[in-house]
Amino acid sequence: MSKLPNSSPRYQASRRRFLRTVGLFVGVLGASLATFLPVIAKWVPARLRPPGAIDEPEFLASCIKCGQCVQVCPVEAIRLADIDEAMGIGVPYIDARAQACDFSCDAVQCILACPTGSLNHTIVKKEEVRMGLARVASPDKCLATQGLGFKGQARGADFQGLLRYTEIDRWNPIPVRDHPYDLALCDLCVRECPIDNAISLQPIDTEGKRKMPVINEACVGCGVCEMICPVEPTVIVIDERKMWGEGTA
Amino acid sequence: MKGNLDALLVMFGKEPKKYKRLTEQAQAIHLVKKEQIRRLTPEEIAEFKQELKEIKQGVHSNKWRNRRWMTIIIVNLFFTLSFWIDIQLFEGSMIASRVFGFHMADIYSALQVVLAYKIVFINLIIGTVTVVIIWVLLGGRAFCSWICPYHLLADLAEKIHLKLVAKKWIKDHPFHRGVRGIFWIVFALLAFILGYALFNSLNPVGIVSRALIYGPSLALLWVFLLLLVEIFYSRRAWCRYVCPMGLTYGMVGALSPLQISYHLSGCHHEAACNAVCEVPHVLECVKKGRADQVKIDIGTDCTLCGACIDVCPTQSLRFEIKGLSLIN
Repeated sequence: MSKLPNSSPRYQASRRRFLRTVGLFVGVLGASLATFLPVIAKWVPARLRPPGAIDEPEFLASCIKCGQCVQVCPVEAIRLADIDEAMGIGVPYIDARAQACDFSCDAVQCILACPTGSLNHTIVKKEEVRMGLARVASPDKCLATQGLGFKGQARGADFQGLLRYTEIDRWNPIPVRDHPYDLALCDLCVRECPIDNAISLQPIDTEGKRKMPVINEACVGCGVCEMICPVEPTVIVIDERKMWGEGTA
Repeated sequence: MKGNLDALLVMFGKEPKKYKRLTEQAQAIHLVKKEQIRRLTPEEIAEFKQELKEIKQGVHSNKWRNRRWMTIIIVNLFFTLSFWIDIQLFEGSMIASRVFGFHMADIYSALQVVLAYKIVFINLIIGTVTVVIIWVLLGGRAFCSWICPYHLLADLAEKIHLKLVAKKWIKDHPFHRGVRGIFWIVFALLAFILGYALFNSLNPVGIVSRALIYGPSLALLWVFLLLLVEIFYSRRAWCRYVCPMGLTYGMVGALSPLQISYHLSGCHHEAACNAVCEVPHVLECVKKGRADQVKIDIGTDCTLCGACIDVCPTQSLRFEIKGLSLIN
């Protein structure tokens, strides 16, 4: 092409095509970098990842965004991030308040489904999972610390979330709204926790009327306590990726 | 096999070669044709012109296009329905899946993950190798035109684009095809350097496939933008000039025995096939006097969509499994 004189139409056309191509290259590359910027800049708070998620940078690197973890989850706790969440399009996360992972599947199906090892395959039991750690964020709002009971649907009549009540149906989770409670002292977070010894109620006064939830080392951060807490906003929250013994973030 | 070195170079952006040395048989056919053209009566010429005009107006078979669209819809529907009615036969999306329990992973998406994560996971290797084997057998870029859900959207965008071009409202703005190879390398390098599979985030194939299965997402806006570019600015821009996934399937297809072959003797050299082709550089050989052999294998960038077969009035383009003719 360089042999053509500058004024020739063919030279001009090929020059324009070259410039267009540079534009295309910069445009597509720019768009792809734009999807990455919010991820490194951490413009959004950390989100709860599915059980077995490896460390965040490696998790983001290895996730192929196929959604197979979404498909196997019996309570559809796992969602895929969209463009506005600025955390990697198509990467799975759990919004525990809306739908926690209640280990209805028992065998940690999402981990088995993951084709890339973003969810660590060495984990075979729910007790080995460490998604984060529950924390009583506002103890004074807790019904139990006020010595109050709870009657009715834990999250109201419109709540879509599911939970497996082993005593009702071992194999099929049911809507939380279909399982009203009548409790003299609210202990929902302890009652529905799927992990043994992860959370317990400790008396905070001498008569034992008022109690407070205390998180123990067995907590895996599944978020059932956050989902089931009947107070708005929730008294108990999950600190994503926090490990036992780490100071408060 | 679909690919020889020339076909691969053409796929990476090189201009198709004009062969100076033609085989004797090919030369003989070209000569005979020259002679025939000289002896054409005005009526015969008018007949040819009419034939081409009708083809361009859409008077031709749509057999392969219909089969192809049905295949894309059915395959993608399998994945969607499998999730909706929870039968777990087709799990995952076009990027990575388990089909009847077999792992599958898109080759370039898997490469991105491996380069970013720097650890190779056994299921991913199994999935990728499975996909490579499937598409070596089925013709590489046939994935694009027979499975890829974005391709179907781009087919429709292309139809609109061609209508607008025919009305002279817009013009096609071609890019340099070589940029696709550069994208392939740059996205691979970025995955390695950044430790993040950059391309997988904005891959429209993944976005469309996930939207079909898990419900619509805002990321579809990006796909919509790409389609607008393809309608109003540059014909089939993503598939022709960007998609590293497609390029990867093209490389796999170089080993494939499934291909489209061109037969010189009956060809009228109207280049109707060229006009409908997604990758017209693979059909340079149909131009008058260009074919160096009596039968030519269409190059590895060919998506095996069959559009050229649909429009060809002389059956000079055919699907072929290489080696099968030797057995018969």
